[in-house]
Amino acid sequence: MSTSAGPTAQPELEPTSETSKDQLLEIAMGPQHPSTHGVFRMNVVLDGEHVVRLKPVFGYLHRNHEKIAESETYLGSMPYTDRLDYICSITNNWAYALAVEKLAGIEVPERAEYLRVITGELTRLQNHACLIGFLMQDMGSSGTPLMYAFREREKILDLFESLTGARMMCNYMRFGGCRADLPTGWLDQAKKVVAGFPRFLDEYEQLLVGNEILMDRTQDVGVLSRELAVSAGISGPMARASGVDYDIRKVDHYSIYDRFAFRVPLGTHGDVYDRFMVRLLEMRESVNILEQAMRDIPPGPIVDPKMKVRGFRPKPGEAYGRIESPKGELGFYLISDGSPNPYRYRVRPPSLINLTVLEDLCVGRNVADIVAILGSIDIVLGEVDR
Amino acid sequence: MNLEAIKSKLEAAVPGCRLVLVANPSPSGQHSLRIDSAHAVAVALCLRDAPGLRFDFCSNVTGIDWPGKQTTEKVMARKLVDGIEQDVEELRTIAPPGSLEVVYHLFSIEKKLGPLVLRISTGDRDANVHLPSLTPVWRSAELQEREIFDLFGVVFDGHPDLRRLLLWDEFQEHPMRRDYVEPDDYEYEPTAHDEVLRRANQHLSEAGGKLQSEGGGR
Repeated sequence: MSTSAGPTAQPELEPTSETSKDQLLEIAMGPQHPSTHGVFRMNVVLDGEHVVRLKPVFGYLHRNHEKIAESETYLGSMPYTDRLDYICSITNNWAYALAVEKLAGIEVPERAEYLRVITGELTRLQNHACLIGFLMQDMGSSGTPLMYAFREREKILDLFESLTGARMMCNYMRFGGCRADLPTGWLDQAKKVVAGFPRFLDEYEQLLVGNEILMDRTQDVGVLSRELAVSAGISGPMARASGVDYDIRKVDHYSIYDRFAFRVPLGTHGDVYDRFMVRLLEMRESVNILEQAMRDIPPGPIVDPKMKVRGFRPKPGEAYGRIESPKGELGFYLISDGSPNPYRYRVRPPSLINLTVLEDLCVGRNVADIVAILGSIDIVLGEVDR
Repeated sequence: MNLEAIKSKLEAAVPGCRLVLVANPSPSGQHSLRIDSAHAVAVALCLRDAPGLRFDFCSNVTGIDWPGKQTTEKVMARKLVDGIEQDVEELRTIAPPGSLEVVYHLFSIEKKLGPLVLRISTGDRDANVHLPSLTPVWRSAELQEREIFDLFGVVFDGHPDLRRLLLWDEFQEHPMRRDYVEPDDYEYEPTAHDEVLRRANQHLSEAGGKLQSEGGGR
């Protein structure tokens, strides 16, 4: 086996005009830094308080998920996808199920599509609410916004628990449908939670949107241009905050999203504040979708009756399936050789790819801005490192 | 726009490039385009910038290892059997060279098209693991190509910062390759378990260390 070693040395630092080279300070932010949302390290070179260079270091949570999936059956990987982005396990399941359905040509019954949309949008609500809470916490707002967000998230996790049996590791989707139908009274409870959500959003907006400290900390910080966002493959709310009008729910029309009326909020500046605002507005649109879906959900089967659970072997071929997960474009690329396990199983991790531009956003800013910028990118290390 | 039209457009724009349509038999219908590594960057630039194409968003970069499929065939060989020369059937294994392949999934944000699947292959992977990097064309390939370098050992020429992404720099091999064998001294700390202890003893003795008694678990 070839052991071709690549160039591992870092490029030499160029001293700036005012500072000589030995006045630069290299510090490691992380892997145990609380603002890194997990085990993630940034090697930061500082000139006084200013960031000269920032190199992210990945891999602390690496377990080679893709290799493990090659020796699992297709369904055997489904619960493992929960552990990628553990905040949004249901959308991970959905992306994987979608890819397998494309690979094997499986139809999904209508009721199952509605269930997917409902649980998927609930996932988006709780992810965005939490993310804003974490962002505020990182910037030093000592708990209040985070606790407000967690109060709402709790209600949604209770819904997940009664539907799937688990609060976070839901393992809810199956190829060609969903695992469990709604328990009695679930829909009424969910309607109540969703109906109460705009009130929380009003409260949240009143608390944060016009807050002077928040504006000072986030406006014109970490500006991402539209051109760089497209070139660097940035997806999800982060791309839309930079003005990229691209929502996979609108573009691909996957599942039944073309039945619902909803808008795609766009930012204009591409700074941390816009990323925060886009997520806040997206939650309102998710509430819209949820109200329509819960009104229209038809009765019927929840899984394709022709779907084989045991001995599932897709015909040789390949498929790339992607969805608009709360973090961005979550895709699965599967290659089948006709055997019960995938020949190649690739996760397109939005968290990792959104980190491509971390250095570009941070260089020239202060140390405290790194925390705000990283918080606004919305990463989960389970997905970054896989 | 179908793949045939894109192919002929590229052939006209990049003279000398060799493009092959790779059919995908699965119901997804996502056929792909294999491009030769010498013209990969030119083809990628054309895909990104040509007004009719504008594939400006490189979503996903995947590495794939295709080891040569070992086959056995029967051959007749002349051999001495019991002192008499005879024709005997023998099994011979044939191991053709394997290859590493990198797949790019492209989308067009402007025209809302995609996915366009590009494939580049190294050919015989024992002789060549070099491929041109498409990071100068699409920034999004930066971390993903580093990951493929890390896990598959594809060296991307022209990548601005090609280092291991997920594993540590001192790691020698490429675990996503199909012929990767996990080292047996992953955890050589002696524990009460017999198999681990046996391996630990073996490694300790190879290193000239002191042996612990077999089965001496606490």
